[in-house]
Amino acid sequence: MEPIEIDVLQKEIDHLANKDVYIHLETTNGAYASHFNKDAYNVGAFIRNARVQYERGKIVGAGTTYRVGLKLDIGWIYAEGVNQFELNQEGRLLMAGHDREGRLMVALQISEKPFQY
Amino acid sequence: MKEHVVVIYPHPDDEAFGASGTITTFREKGIPVTYLCGTLGEMGRNMGNPTFATRETLPEIRKQELIRACEILDVDLKMLGYRDKTLEFESTEEVAEHLYSYLKDIKPSLVITHYPGHAVHPDHDAFGAAAIKAAEKFKEEDRPTVWAQAISRTHEEELGGPDIQNDVTPVFKKKFETIMAHKSQADGMIAKVKNESDDIEEATKTWLGVESFYTWQF
Repeated sequence: MEPIEIDVLQKEIDHLANKDVYIHLETTNGAYASHFNKDAYNVGAFIRNARVQYERGKIVGAGTTYRVGLKLDIGWIYAEGVNQFELNQEGRLLMAGHDREGRLMVALQISEKPFQY
Repeated sequence: MKEHVVVIYPHPDDEAFGASGTITTFREKGIPVTYLCGTLGEMGRNMGNPTFATRETLPEIRKQELIRACEILDVDLKMLGYRDKTLEFESTEEVAEHLYSYLKDIKPSLVITHYPGHAVHPDHDAFGAAAIKAAEKFKEEDRPTVWAQAISRTHEEELGGPDIQNDVTPVFKKKFETIMAHKSQADGMIAKVKNESDDIEEATKTWLGVESFYTWQF
């Protein structure tokens, strides 16, 4: 993945608007958060292969932290903290935010084909 | 009974951190070891450091790391095809039956798995519970011994000390090599240890030099 270039990424988000797409959305602080720090809580959520259409998608932010919002017919998809992106070989748009140790904290991925599994 | 050890853990690298020293000791005695690995760790958050994996490439990367680790350990690998983080939502009975389908052919003398309720990660707890249920399907006289691994902070005060404590420092080179085979996962861990010591293998040995298990009471 590469650091986000907002203009490039915005074009890719636009390209996927108004068509059936599959979403992978995830955030996590790991299954061991409260094991290594008893004052911490384990939190996480993911949804894989939600099929939606968004009428407008937008990336906002600067430097090391960006937010992405996808406006749906009757709702929203939102991710905060993404800082890297990649259009992979299968044409899937991957966005993610990693911490200093390279651990994934948040991911938002959009694809015209369902994700594997 | 002919000796054969079956290791049942959900994630590629559970075997490396948890039991690779014990596995090496069995293999040195010529005892066959089979690893039933539940998932490919698809939802792991370690992506290498610096990152070289994505959520979408991680499964294949971890699969190759797992295959390499099992070559190093010289164990037979079976990948069971569950998805990381979802094991606790499967039917325990179905997973137990799936595990038993392997066990009834292998007829193991010993099964190594996680201690349900004391294994921290929900996949560990769920797969350990299913593994024990699978072992229970044997008639008592044919049933393998089960060593259950507890890693919760409270396990010693709640369960007492583990009865099996394997000092694996004599085979630690192999254990370290197995851990390093899981590069995407080991990078983060190694960075942590590196901050505290120049000799990573020595520091890791202090941390992971003993592998402990509780003999399961059926």
